Amino acid sequence: MTALLEMRDLLVILNGKPALDIKSLMVEKGETLAVIGPNGAGKSTLLKVLALLQKPSQGQLLLDGKPVRFSGNLLSQRRRLALVMQQPLLRGTTTFENVATGLRFRRVLGSEVRRRVEDWLGRLGISLLAARHAHTLSGGEAQRTSLARALVLQPDLLLLDEPFADLDPPTREDLMSEIRSILHETGTTAVFVTHDRDEALRLGDRLAVMMDGRVLQEGRPQEVLARPASQEVAAFVGTETVLPGVVRNEQQGLLDVEVAPEKHVAAVGRSTVGSQVLVCLRPEEVTLLEPHQEGHSSARNHFLGTVQEVSDLGLFLRVTLDCGFPIVAYATRISVSEMAIALGQPLVASFKATAVHLIPQ
Amino acid sequence: MDVIWEGIGQALRLILSGDPDLLQIVFLSLVVSGSATVLSIIVGIPYGTLLALNRFAGRSFMLGLVNTGMGMPPVVVGLVLSIFLWRSGPLGFLNMLYTPVAMVVAQFLIATPIVTGVSMAAIAQLDPKLRLQMLGLGASRLQLLWVLFQEARLPLLTAVMAGFGGVISEVGSVIMVGGNIKGQTRVLTTAIVTETSRGSFGLAMALGVILLALAFGANLLLTLLQQKGRPVR
Repeated sequence: MTALLEMRDLLVILNGKPALDIKSLMVEKGETLAVIGPNGAGKSTLLKVLALLQKPSQGQLLLDGKPVRFSGNLLSQRRRLALVMQQPLLRGTTTFENVATGLRFRRVLGSEVRRRVEDWLGRLGISLLAARHAHTLSGGEAQRTSLARALVLQPDLLLLDEPFADLDPPTREDLMSEIRSILHETGTTAVFVTHDRDEALRLGDRLAVMMDGRVLQEGRPQEVLARPASQEVAAFVGTETVLPGVVRNEQQGLLDVEVAPEKHVAAVGRSTVGSQVLVCLRPEEVTLLEPHQEGHSSARNHFLGTVQEVSDLGLFLRVTLDCGFPIVAYATRISVSEMAIALGQPLVASFKATAVHLIPQ
Repeated sequence: MDVIWEGIGQALRLILSGDPDLLQIVFLSLVVSGSATVLSIIVGIPYGTLLALNRFAGRSFMLGLVNTGMGMPPVVVGLVLSIFLWRSGPLGFLNMLYTPVAMVVAQFLIATPIVTGVSMAAIAQLDPKLRLQMLGLGASRLQLLWVLFQEARLPLLTAVMAGFGGVISEVGSVIMVGGNIKGQTRVLTTAIVTETSRGSFGLAMALGVILLALAFGANLLLTLLQQKGRPVR
């Protein structure tokens, strides 16, 4: 794999504070790197640096292995990339002319502009809107226009700054899967910034978690989700149960971790007896059973507890069980009505030893 | 009241008869105020844009200057310019006093802060992210400015009209540096002053009606352009 972009010891100081502090981060050709993090994590600053619009205070940004000289004229390098932002920011003209914007900047010939713009209007399903004034478009149509405007440039690097955040859920679903296939078909390298982990999982080939200007973890999305490197990452990627514990025993890779007096969790991993760890468990890994069903599960971990809290997440419910320590699980509406889950009711939380992730302390 | 109707009647007669003195006055008014407006656009729009887009030391001072200039009484401009252009003044050697050129300079000084201030507001009301977006699509600095001007074209047109409206109707500075010389530096506003002081209200009214018609025509043009620029839903 060759890196299109590489950041080395990159530091950006804004208003006297470090807004971005990246030891090392690469974007490889053809991949989509999803960057997630809460608001104020430095994601937008990162994107500005990548768009060559923010000069780093220190460190290097390498494009095709060559350091970018921020003091020089960057126009030809800037024209290798295209930016899509959260708001469509269309100009007060037709959809066609909006999509043509970047091509006009590059002084592409009129016939070529027409061919390429029409092609991309078609690919994003907005051919019929070509002559419409941009300010009459709906939110979804406007964002499609903004995406077409960037993709028509066939950029070496596509920068996406929360492009789906303002859209309603059905529009967002459609557009996201279309963009996903377009990125794969065209082999476009992309950096996709979002605060929504589901979006990151769906679009990202690789995931980087950012907080306070730093990249805390990067890797394959499923890997980051299953094995968060720290408590902060765990909390952000949706690991709802995080418990401090001590490793009491180890046998052939199977660990016994005490998380509360007389409460032991079986986990698979590497650690030494006596060490302090954080036990991480994602809610979707936990199965809820009625006490008499306990024998039906092959999982190693079973904890009897009482329902402490039930909150409605829309498609499913989030159930907190008090087992001497809290465990969070998701339950579908069907299982809730079948088991008649109610506050104070006894239930068993069951999960596999391999579902447990340990963070050394 | 009669004098008003009489004035309107006389205005129509004068316009329809193509009175050469009247035409000369209207023509000079348009040339002087038009030239001053064009010059104020050349200076005011770039300057307003600079103030809207950049944060630099001394910006607040510049803003104060522009805001004060927007409300500057024309007589003060006339006074200061007269002192400079007076035969023994620092620019006296130019022999510009009581010429149309001096009037253009005076009106330029009045219109420029207006055009600057309104263009600054026009550019500043654009979403600051639009700049980032256009640069992120590969715009050069000049192309970026061009897009910003296009996006703000209607408010910028307002700036131009405000500048023109401010000078076509002012009397204080042109009478001082122009001298209101018949056939040479007499414009609509100074002619109205003269005719009124002479008691020929009819002619003064006629000139007033023409001045109003000019201002109305300019604003009508602006309104039409704004209607045209608005998207049809």
